[in-house]
Amino acid sequence: MFSEYSTAELMSIFAMQGFAGLILFSVFVLMALGLAIIFGQMGVINMAHGEFMILGAYVTYLISNLFSEYMPALFSMYFFLAMIVAFFVAGGLGAFVEWAMIRHLYKRPLDTLLATWGLSLILQQFYRTVFGAREVGVSLPDWLMGSIPLTDVIDIPINGLFVMALTLVISVSVYLLMFKSNWGVQVRAVVQNRPMAGAVGINTEKSDRVTFALGCGIAGVAGSAFTMIGSTGPTAGQLYIVDTFLVVVFGGAQSLLGTIASAFTISQAQSSMEFFLSGSMAKVLTLLVVVGILMLRPQGLFALKIRH
Amino acid sequence: MSIKAVTAFMPKQDLVGFIVLAVIIFVVMPLAMDIFRLNLVGKYLTYAFVAVGLVLCWGYGGILSLGQGIFFGLGGYCMAMFLKLEASTPEATAIQSTPGIPDFMDWNQLTELPWFWEPFHSFSFAVIAVIVVPSIFAYIVGVAMFKRRVGGVYFAIITQAVASILTILIIGQQGYTGGVNGITDLRTLLEWDIRSDSAKYILYFVNGILLFACLLCAQFVRKSKLGRILLAMREREDRVRFTGYDVSDFKIFVFCLGAAFSAIGGAMFTLQVGFMSPSFVGIVPSIEMVIFCAVGGRHSIIGAVYGTLLVNWAKTTFSESLPELWLFAMGALFIGVVMAFPSGLAGVYKMHIEPRIQKAMKKIRDDYENSRAVKSEQLGAIE
Repeated sequence: MFSEYSTAELMSIFAMQGFAGLILFSVFVLMALGLAIIFGQMGVINMAHGEFMILGAYVTYLISNLFSEYMPALFSMYFFLAMIVAFFVAGGLGAFVEWAMIRHLYKRPLDTLLATWGLSLILQQFYRTVFGAREVGVSLPDWLMGSIPLTDVIDIPINGLFVMALTLVISVSVYLLMFKSNWGVQVRAVVQNRPMAGAVGINTEKSDRVTFALGCGIAGVAGSAFTMIGSTGPTAGQLYIVDTFLVVVFGGAQSLLGTIASAFTISQAQSSMEFFLSGSMAKVLTLLVVVGILMLRPQGLFALKIRH
Repeated sequence: MSIKAVTAFMPKQDLVGFIVLAVIIFVVMPLAMDIFRLNLVGKYLTYAFVAVGLVLCWGYGGILSLGQGIFFGLGGYCMAMFLKLEASTPEATAIQSTPGIPDFMDWNQLTELPWFWEPFHSFSFAVIAVIVVPSIFAYIVGVAMFKRRVGGVYFAIITQAVASILTILIIGQQGYTGGVNGITDLRTLLEWDIRSDSAKYILYFVNGILLFACLLCAQFVRKSKLGRILLAMREREDRVRFTGYDVSDFKIFVFCLGAAFSAIGGAMFTLQVGFMSPSFVGIVPSIEMVIFCAVGGRHSIIGAVYGTLLVNWAKTTFSESLPELWLFAMGALFIGVVMAFPSGLAGVYKMHIEPRIQKAMKKIRDDYENSRAVKSEQLGAIE
């Protein structure tokens, strides 16, 4: 399949696909970070994760409309406000859901799956009722449009670069929060041994709620970032959810580094295969390989060495 | 088999449940409904096969598969492939550029029947394939997962991924599978028109009988030693393993059995509805099938049938009159069942209705005894 291309062409194909893969990688990391916190740290399966992302996207859409209507002068900056609002809206909803639903189900992880699936159905219909069934897109400010030509054949879109930078910032903040802050230590203590953490004076209920809310908040930011590279519809969240779970599981549920590594592997594999095979076959092959490896290594690539 | 063995396999209250269900399916429904509605109920009952399989896997074995749609679909596709080949005779497809192959292949510029379609010319092969193909598939997945001790949440996610792989594959390979439309326009089964009303009647009863065969099989598993091992495994898997059982073998068996049930349901679905498409294979239908089982009660095989009927009936009614409300109702159902009624309809029945029935029965019996006592007293007085 390579013979029909010259070496130079192959190089630029790989460079282009590699860059497309990097954008996909950013998307995967953004989707998976929130899930890695909720699923990896708390063991809760949040099937409504996609809908929390879409919530962030709709918030961004609303705010962009607000700015273009009332504050066109500041339109170029709306995005930063939108991300912050998306974080708090999705996080707030997350905290409410944890209080109303999840906290009753910690001992039944498979049931969280069904309950949050129900939540995702309700949210989907809610979006459809409020925003309509059609996809909506936001208009990008001028500075995010266009692309940087690297060579004659390779162009790098600016919005892709921006999403990548954003991913880097968020990943680093999550890392610092989980591993360097006092709060992160508490969360990890609760996850490892709940009664013991409670015994040394950690408020485990509050820790659970904030962790869940944080995961949902990051999903909201992810959704906000997605509006820059695609449009948003009520059912878009469901399309991502399996991929996201696979990324988290493949990387080893309890390792944030593993999540990032597996997002990188999966996105690069898919994007470089996509050029030579049809999109759907590339996806099938990637998923098959991931599932195959998971069967050999059920704990994922970066399993923590702990005794069960 | 002695009477004792029979009662151990089918205790009295279970027997009553079976008889009531049989009366509803074979007598009440056919008498109360026209053929259109009855066909609809038949369609719902094909999902009940899946739900019964899920009771065994999930309620008893503790393994939640979110990919039962795979097996429903595989069974359905095996049957659909046979029916499609029968409908694609050279005479019926004379206008195509290559007569004698299914129409969608012709549209996708295929000029030859793919090799894996060839054996489906034979009816007996198709019937065997309906059961064997999904079972082998389940066996491969089961061995790969359970021997490596992948369980619980991880198993659920991986089965989901497998369901998504299969759906993408079916939709992507249009020429071989009919793509997103699926395999449509099925007409006859061994020259018997399956679209006629009389055929629909017969298929409904065949479907019911097969469902009862599966229910009896499930009841047998439930009441045998195997069922008790499954229960023990669900509660404390490590202890069962330490006692010397190979738990993975039991899980693989029950997973394959559930797959075989689902596949029979899928094949009956194809026969009764007249087509098969990827929309019954993927993640969304698979999770819906889990809710059928959860609503009925995840530990009750009879409950699973009622749960399936109820949810699907509600779905049809809602989507006819208030389509926007259906997703809200379905979502609320998911949350409500999990939070408030973890053992579903069967649990509600056991907790609230059965004690009342027993109380009422006891009252009737007591009244009867009393009246007899009074009567004999009066008789004694007369003498």
